[in-house]
Amino acid sequence: MATLFEGFTLCGLVQTSSASDSAIQGIELDGDSDHAVVTDSTRAVTLYKVSDQKPLGSWTVKQGQLLTCPAVFNFQTKEYVVVSDNKVIRVWKEEDLNLDKAFKATVSADVWRVHSAPGGELVVLFQRGAVRLLDSLLSAPQQPIEGILSEKEVIRWSTNIVAEKQHFVLFTTEQRGEHFLYVQRLNPNTLQKYRLEREDSGASPLSFSASLRDKHINLLYLYPNGCVYQSVVAVRGPVGLEGVQALPRSLRLRLPVGEGELGAASAVALDEAHVAVVGMPHPSARTGKDFLCIWNTNFQTLQAGKEMVGRIRGQVWCYLGKLFVPHGKALSVIPYECQKSSLASALGKLRHPGIAVSKSSVAIPSWNTLLHGDQPQGPTKIVDTRKSKLRRKSQSAPALTVDQVLELIKTGPVEEVRREVEALVSRGDAQDLQLSVGRLACQLVARSQVETAFYAPGALARLVQTQCLCHRVPFLRWAGPLGFFFSKIMCPDLLLLALEHKDYFLCQLCLQLFPDIPEVVTCACLKTFIGVPDGDVEMVSLEPDSVSFMEGLVAAGARGGQQNGFSPPLFEDSCDPHHQPKPPQHQDKKNPTLQLEVCPVGLHKAVLLNEVLQTPYSDNLLVPHLKDLNAPQVILFLQYLQFIYLKYSQDVYTQTPVLRSPTMTQIIDWVCLLLDAHFTVLVMAPDAKGLLSNLQSFVKSQVKLFSELGKIEGSLQELHKMKPSKDISQYSIEVIELF
Amino acid sequence: MGEFKVHRVRFFDYMPTAIRAMAFNAHTERLALGRMDGSVEIFNFADRYFQEKVIPGKDSRSIEALCWVGGRLFSAGLNGEITEYDLETLRPKYSLEAYGGPIWTITSNSQGAHLAIGCEDGTVKLFEVLEESIQFERNLDRQKGRIISLSWHPSGTQIAAGMMDMIRVFDVPTGRAVQRLLVDRGFGGSKSRETVVWSVVFLSDCTIISGDSAGKVQVWDGHTGTLVKTHLVTKWDVLALSVSKDESSVVVGTSEGTVIQFQFIAPTLQQQQDKEWVRTRTFKNHTHDVRALAEIETAIVSGGMDTQLVVRPLLEKFDERSHASALRKIQFPHRNLVFCAKKAGLLLFQFPGQLELWRLGESDGHGKPGDSLPLKRKPEKLLHLKRKGEDHICCSALSSCGGWLAYSTMSSVRLYRLQTDNNDISISKVPKLPKILRSAHQLCFSSDSSKLFAASSQSSVLVIALSQSECKYVHTLKPKSGSRQPIHLMTNSVDGKWLATANSDCEIHVYNVQKLKLHCIVPVYGSCPSAMGIHPTTNNLTMVHADQQIFEYSIVEKQYTDWSRKLQKQGLHNLWLDRDTPVTHVTFNPKNPEQILLHDMHMFCIIDQSLPLPDQKTQFYNQMTLRSLSEQERPSHLHAFKICKTFQDLLSVSLLDDQSLVMVERPLLAITCQLPAPVRQKKFAT
Repeated sequence: MATLFEGFTLCGLVQTSSASDSAIQGIELDGDSDHAVVTDSTRAVTLYKVSDQKPLGSWTVKQGQLLTCPAVFNFQTKEYVVVSDNKVIRVWKEEDLNLDKAFKATVSADVWRVHSAPGGELVVLFQRGAVRLLDSLLSAPQQPIEGILSEKEVIRWSTNIVAEKQHFVLFTTEQRGEHFLYVQRLNPNTLQKYRLEREDSGASPLSFSASLRDKHINLLYLYPNGCVYQSVVAVRGPVGLEGVQALPRSLRLRLPVGEGELGAASAVALDEAHVAVVGMPHPSARTGKDFLCIWNTNFQTLQAGKEMVGRIRGQVWCYLGKLFVPHGKALSVIPYECQKSSLASALGKLRHPGIAVSKSSVAIPSWNTLLHGDQPQGPTKIVDTRKSKLRRKSQSAPALTVDQVLELIKTGPVEEVRREVEALVSRGDAQDLQLSVGRLACQLVARSQVETAFYAPGALARLVQTQCLCHRVPFLRWAGPLGFFFSKIMCPDLLLLALEHKDYFLCQLCLQLFPDIPEVVTCACLKTFIGVPDGDVEMVSLEPDSVSFMEGLVAAGARGGQQNGFSPPLFEDSCDPHHQPKPPQHQDKKNPTLQLEVCPVGLHKAVLLNEVLQTPYSDNLLVPHLKDLNAPQVILFLQYLQFIYLKYSQDVYTQTPVLRSPTMTQIIDWVCLLLDAHFTVLVMAPDAKGLLSNLQSFVKSQVKLFSELGKIEGSLQELHKMKPSKDISQYSIEVIELF
Repeated sequence: MGEFKVHRVRFFDYMPTAIRAMAFNAHTERLALGRMDGSVEIFNFADRYFQEKVIPGKDSRSIEALCWVGGRLFSAGLNGEITEYDLETLRPKYSLEAYGGPIWTITSNSQGAHLAIGCEDGTVKLFEVLEESIQFERNLDRQKGRIISLSWHPSGTQIAAGMMDMIRVFDVPTGRAVQRLLVDRGFGGSKSRETVVWSVVFLSDCTIISGDSAGKVQVWDGHTGTLVKTHLVTKWDVLALSVSKDESSVVVGTSEGTVIQFQFIAPTLQQQQDKEWVRTRTFKNHTHDVRALAEIETAIVSGGMDTQLVVRPLLEKFDERSHASALRKIQFPHRNLVFCAKKAGLLLFQFPGQLELWRLGESDGHGKPGDSLPLKRKPEKLLHLKRKGEDHICCSALSSCGGWLAYSTMSSVRLYRLQTDNNDISISKVPKLPKILRSAHQLCFSSDSSKLFAASSQSSVLVIALSQSECKYVHTLKPKSGSRQPIHLMTNSVDGKWLATANSDCEIHVYNVQKLKLHCIVPVYGSCPSAMGIHPTTNNLTMVHADQQIFEYSIVEKQYTDWSRKLQKQGLHNLWLDRDTPVTHVTFNPKNPEQILLHDMHMFCIIDQSLPLPDQKTQFYNQMTLRSLSEQERPSHLHAFKICKTFQDLLSVSLLDDQSLVMVERPLLAITCQLPAPVRQKKFAT
């Protein structure tokens, strides 16, 4: 099945006046898997961090100049390249602020596109069909560019593909209703021209999409009547054939188009069996052609659909498991997932893939299968080759291969598993490690789940520490949905398992290293951490840096309080918490400052709670789960939060520089969340009365702080206003005063 | 102190012209500066760079080069004439056609006996310097191509001549060319263009240094005619060269506006004997071509297309910081170009080619200090008077009632009667001026507009009586000292009794106009007065000198006033003395006799004589502090000098009879905007 996840808006779009023009010229990838380089239709290139939905940098050309090609990233030199006004190639780096000061070169002919692909050099395709490597072009920008296309022939679409050290530039052209495909191989340079079969209606294709699969270039194109055709061009095709060849095609899909024809629509191949189409009507919805759908071409079934609000411009890009669709006034990013459809899954027999499937299980689908995946033989073949490679390697070394370790995990004792995993991790090279760590972790978790007696904390901790279990590893940027698989499938089980076995060290590691722990798991952790008796947790060894931070926090405050007997000034004039001691059970009016120093939880427990505080979450999802906590737990946690807030309010905060410590904002946010989730309970609970009034004083002090900041802002603005010198005209009558 | 309504005037489009040539006379410490419009200015470097004389330009005159012979100043230009100037009458003494086509350069030998000129026709002509004139002696061997630059060998036996694509060395006694040094052309596109050797210097060790249009500074051996070293300093032209007196340093000026210094030094400390010319420093004080350059004892003086004269001190020549060790930029003339009719609210702007008469705007609003008031009436240009003839205007005057206007060129004086009723203005030329009134260095009207004073030759003043029907010569006031120097300042008292004149010998004479005789001579002070004024009620004469000293002299008692003695005894504040532009105008407030109003280019000052003088420890610029103090605290912080720097690039400040101030500003930015574009510097692939 394929799934379209909840999308989010990456950026707003400028409305263009004409219906055909899009606000976006192109979206390209960057060195970072989480980045997207968006080129708008006029003058700006913006670099976004996709997961944060925020721009990291933006570059514009001067008024009057126009970007005529989407900016691309040069993976070799880490530079961006864009073309303005058809002829000016600009190259800059991320740290360059001004595009006008960047390197520029003017070429002698109009450029159609600059293409970039990881592992390949940048290629410039000219409007008249000539192709140059960017490097050689920049070395002599004014070199003559030959025209390849005939007079009335114009390029409609182009892409480039790197396959087996062979670099291809593909582009389609239109000439008097005829459509041609050009395949330009680089080094050695050969050009092959194909004629596309004419559609009966004589219509032009709406969109093209090319992908490389099994040494063949698959070209997918969509016609307004809803037909999606596929043509295959061999990578090692017949070289040297002269003239124009006819390009055979096969109908992959006939989309229901409803009334009329498709207008602005686009199809893109997601994998061998799935096609995403934007700008088509949903078969079950009545009207509107503004749907994004994923179709399975093997079964001709609609797998997922999503309505896109606003005008669709027939543009869609697909990168790393995310679809980028401009629609209406926004550019949306929609993560998707395509799993192999099989009858078995339909019958529900594959409930536990990790356990049920043999050693060549596809629980961790490899990049190779995605690329070259032949369903019948692919995975086994890949694993076989890897295995043989590993075997070859292991002939010299006595250590076990991944598969052997996997075997061992199924039956072996904990200590031996730990030792072998250790050995494997410490010698494995990066790429292999990435895959094997995932598989090992899966296997370990799977066995522990089945076999309650078995639990290998050392081995798991070692695996987590490799940091290969989280998807933010840069090398994985081409792995597409893989990244999601790791975090989504792996860590909940692992973390829950660790919780189950009270392996707090592993919990801490997971909380620190996994970027996207589901809120329900976070909550489960929180609940366990609060509930655990202090005695249990104090024995556990935790990550030393975080412990020392907490120690410092507790100790420094205590020392500070005793040294000068001066209470922190924060609440003095608003409402003094020292005279309204917060935990009612500790009420001690004589010595109000002292009770402040008492941390309501043990040291190690506090360390674990800090980790929870720093875990990313989204509030909407977290609040329902927070309701699982009971009242005493909530009060205790709130007391802890208050304690740490007060500590931070003292100057201790600035004195202890640590890599990881909860920020003031995180603390306040958590207080708010807890109050949101349990407000009625807290109001009713007599224990919580003092606490609540203290929290109210937090709020007051924050409000006061912000109002003071507001005042400062006001006065600063006044200063700012005073500054700009008056525009002095040719003549004025002014008043001056001398003293 | 109080509030003032200020007319802030920026519509005077004063535009200085580019500097073309300069010559420094080390003996008298005078710098002669030639501008594109043919005017010559004399700066006294011994007296705070004061511009003591200006010889007005003429349409037909062009100055390509200037040259001092002793105290005599010669110029030569593309009109083919050699001109000697009379520095006492501020006019050319004579002009001599050289018969060689346009003259590119003129230079004298170190003995001061001969002048050599380089002509378009390829000749170097020698002139003998006689007592009262110069006389053509002979031509050196005629060459193909023009002679652009010349330099005498200090011995006077050889001359190096910069030409197109080459340098020639002539033997003066025989007139033969003895060396031919070929100068390379530029690279690339400029290969086909001839290289112009804009400038050469011939050193006493027979080294020749040249600067050319290909951007090279080349060092040659004059004995063998071989190239020693080439320094490529710019992509554009090297225009000017100047060598220091001891020949240890050469400065070059380029089209990029840079001045580059080369020094004759040993490259390493070990080999002190093997000296060579090494590029050492680069100064960038100009935005445009540096056309004229002089290296003097302690500074590099440069000027060019951007019209400003820059004195860049060589800091290694100074032991301590003083006014002389500061960078000086002279942008404005040190004399008045703006005249204000105080009663009528009119402004007269003097340009070399025309006069403009403006009526100030009006506002009936009232406002807080710092406010701009709404205008009821806009300022209005009443008159645009073009001069007659080709001589440029050298001085002008406007009577305070606004009824009379006069200007003078080198050859004639013109007087006009102005009549304004409401919005109509009529102008009529006064015919039949007295014959004796031929030209004037300064003009001024008496405050009741009944007399015109014209400063004439030998520091004398002609008194002309004006009436509706006629104007009549009355008398010539002559100084007793017999000074021959021109008068550069003239002022009279409001009661019409006194007239004070100042000349370039720093003498100040006070005449009694009613008795038409010399009243007294103010004791001569060592620095030239840059501004003076007679107080309307006390008749005290206030003088400000180029070295920033202020004196007040009681005309009636013929002695310095007590205030002046007190001021001299206590000394002026160092911050006052360190200012780098001279005070160019002194005026008074009739409503408040204690107040003296002064201004220079960067500030406007009211001196309140009733207040204590500031000592060195006092905060001198204290207006901001006073503003922040309360009414009660203020009096204890007051001192006599009230300085306002709100208005910059001031050309004139005057006080109208309605107590409002008129500040005429000419923002330097506005001048820069009107300059031609500087040389284009290529950046990237644009």
